[in-house]
Amino acid sequence: MTPTQAETLIASPEKSSESPKRDVRTVALIGPPNSGKSTLFNRLTRLRQKVGNYPGVTVEQRVGLLAGRGQEIKLIDLPGVYSLTPYTEDERVAVDVLTGRMDGLHRPDAILLVLDVTHLSRQLVLAAPVIALGLPTLVLLNMADVFVKGSGSLDVLKLAAELGAPVAMVSATQGTGVDAVERFLREDHDQGPATLLPVLQDLPQCRKWANQLTRRVDYRHPLPSVWTRRLDDIFLHKLWGPLIFMVVVGAVFQTVFGLGQPMSTAFQGLLTKLGLQAAHFVTAGLLRSLLVDGLWKGISSVLVFLPQILLLFFFIGLLEDSGYLARAALIADRTMRTVGLNGRAFIPLLSAYACAVPAIMATRTIENKRDRIATILVAPFMTCSARLPIYTLLIAAFIPDRPVIGVLLGARACAMLSLYVLGFLAAIATAKVLKSSVLKSVAVPFVLELPEYRCPTWQSIGLRLLDRARVFLRQAGTVILAVSLLVWVLTHLPLHDSHSPELEHSAIAYLGHGIEPLIQPLGFNWKIGVGLLTSVIAREVIVGTLGTIYGADPTTQSMTLQNALRQDLTPAGAMALLVFFAFAMQCTSTLAVVRRETNSWTWPMIQFAYMTAIAYASALGVNVLLSRLFG
Amino acid sequence: MTQLPVALTDLEVGEGGSIDHIALPPYDQQFLMRIGVVRGAEVRFSRRAPLGDPSVYSVDGTEIALRAETASYIFVQRGRLARLGDLP
Repeated sequence: MTPTQAETLIASPEKSSESPKRDVRTVALIGPPNSGKSTLFNRLTRLRQKVGNYPGVTVEQRVGLLAGRGQEIKLIDLPGVYSLTPYTEDERVAVDVLTGRMDGLHRPDAILLVLDVTHLSRQLVLAAPVIALGLPTLVLLNMADVFVKGSGSLDVLKLAAELGAPVAMVSATQGTGVDAVERFLREDHDQGPATLLPVLQDLPQCRKWANQLTRRVDYRHPLPSVWTRRLDDIFLHKLWGPLIFMVVVGAVFQTVFGLGQPMSTAFQGLLTKLGLQAAHFVTAGLLRSLLVDGLWKGISSVLVFLPQILLLFFFIGLLEDSGYLARAALIADRTMRTVGLNGRAFIPLLSAYACAVPAIMATRTIENKRDRIATILVAPFMTCSARLPIYTLLIAAFIPDRPVIGVLLGARACAMLSLYVLGFLAAIATAKVLKSSVLKSVAVPFVLELPEYRCPTWQSIGLRLLDRARVFLRQAGTVILAVSLLVWVLTHLPLHDSHSPELEHSAIAYLGHGIEPLIQPLGFNWKIGVGLLTSVIAREVIVGTLGTIYGADPTTQSMTLQNALRQDLTPAGAMALLVFFAFAMQCTSTLAVVRRETNSWTWPMIQFAYMTAIAYASALGVNVLLSRLFG
Repeated sequence: MTQLPVALTDLEVGEGGSIDHIALPPYDQQFLMRIGVVRGAEVRFSRRAPLGDPSVYSVDGTEIALRAETASYIFVQRGRLARLGDLP
C-alpha cells in the first residue's frame, strides 16, 4: 500500500450503493490523550469553535462547527480519555456527553474516534466501549504519515470489518485524509456488527481483545524512531540533560520577561496614544473621561497582557509539539516533588515570574486536577513584573544606595532579591500546606508519557495562539473591563455641577479614609489606602494613583514622588508596604483567569482571601517589628 | 524453571520482561492500566533519567516515565526481550 492510498482510503465494512443521506447534527470527537485529537479538531473546525467549561467541572468544553458545510454540523471535542469507565472527571464528562446526559448538549448522532496508529494495540482499548455505544462511528487512524514512514503496516479493510465500522488513515498535522470525515458524514455506512467485542468493564479483557485484534489485522509496528532515541541520549543525558534544560528554561524565561515586558510597555504606550488621539473627537468632559480614562483604559489593561501571553504560548507550543516539554517535566520532577507538586508544574510556575495570567493558563498541561489547582493557587506569589514598578519606587525612596558585598551587590539590589526570594518561599510553603491538606492527591502514581520528537508546524502553533488569545480576551477581559469601569465610577463620583471631583473628594477617597483605621496598624495612611483600592485592577496602578494624590496635595505638589513618599510614610511603613505587595492578590486579571480555569468563583475568592490575609499579617508584623527596633 | 518476578527498579538498563503483577491498590492499578501498564505488557527499562528518578520504561513500545515509588511495586517476569542494542 502506498502512502497516498493509505492516507485517503476510507475502508468500510460493507457499503450499500443506494444509501439515504444521513441527518447528522451533532458529532463527537473522542480519542486517548496524545492521539492528536485537538490538532484534528482545530483542522476540522478551522477555529470556528466555542470554548467554555462543562457545568460544575474544570473540564474544558469545546464545540465547533465543521468547516466547509452548508448545513451546520456541531462537532464536540471530548477530553482525551483512555477508557469509558468513569473513574476520572474527564471520563465522566465523555460518558455523559456520549450518552446524552450532559446538560445543554444533544446526544451525538455520530462519533469520530481518533487513534494513534503508531500505538494501535494500546489505543484500540478505547475502541471497544466506543463502538459498543452503537452510534455510527468513523475510526480515524491518526499519524499515518509517521506510521508509513516507519514502515508500519496493517490491513485497514480487515480492521474495518472486525470493528464493524469504517476506518480511515489520516494525518492531522499534515491534513491528509481528513476529507474522509466529510464523506463519512455524507454517506450512510451500514454499521456492521463488530465481531466479538470484549466485556467492556474489564480492562484486562479489553486489552487482550485489542492485542488479538492487532494481530488479526496483520499490524506491523513501525520501527521506533532512531531520532527520538538519539535525541533522548542528549536531552536525557546525565550531564547535558539538566544543562540543556536550564538553558532552554532560561531562554524562555528571559524572552518572556526580557522581551515581553518591553513589548507590553510599548504596546501600552501605543494604546494610550491611540486613546488620546481618539479623545479629540469627543468634547471634553465627563463623557470623554468615561471613554478615555474608563473604557479605553480598561480595554488597554486587558490588551497589554497579550504580548506576554502570546510569547509564552508560542514557546510552550514549540516545546509541547516538539516533544521536549515531557522531557523537561521529567527533569524537573525531582525538584518539584519536594514541594508536593510534579514536574509538569515547573514551566507554569517559572512563567509566573513574568506574569501569573499566562502561567495560570499554562497549567493545562498538568493532568492531575488537584496538582493543577495547587499550582494555580501558588502561582500569583511568584514575583511578577507588575510588582516591579512599586518595588522600584519604594526601594529607590527608602533604601540607601550603598554596597552590601563590595561592588557586587548593593543594598537596593539586595532588597529586590529578597522580595523575589520572599515570593518564592511563600509559594513553596503554600504548595506544601495545600498538598498535605485540602489538595492532597489520592496518591495517583505520576506517569509521564514521552512522545516521539516531532517537528512543530506553524499552523498548529498559530491555531493554539489564536485560541489562547481569544479565550483570554473573551472570558477574562470582560471581568477586567468591568472592574476598571467600577474604579473609574468611584473616582468620578460624586458629581458637582456635572463635574467630577478632585481625587481626594471622590468616592474612592472616602473609601480610602474608611479603611484607614484598618490599615493604620500597618503604617499606611488613607492615601496609601486609595492606592491599595485602585491597584485591585493591577498592582502597577498604585504608582499612578499615588502620583495623582500627591500631585493634588499642595504640600507635596512640587516634590518627586519618592520625596513625597519619604515625607508621608515611615521607613517601617514602607517596608510593610513592600511585603504587602509581595503577598497580596492585587490583580483582577489573575482572579478572572483563575475563575475561568477552575470554572468557579470559589477558588479565586479563597485565593484572594488568604493572600490578602497573609499580606495583612506580614505587613503588620513588619511594621510593628521595625517600628520597635528603629522607632 | 520459573524465576521469581523482579521489581522494575531492580532491572538493569536494557533488561525487561512481561509484567507479572502490580502490588499497588486497585485504584492505582486501574490508573496504570489505562496507559498500558498492565499484567502481560512487555516492559523494558530503557533509561535512567538524568537525576536518577523518575526512570524511563518502554511499555509495549511507548516510552513512559515512572517514579521509583511506583516502579518498585511493578514486578516483571524477566524474559527474552530484544535488548536495547539489538534495535536498528
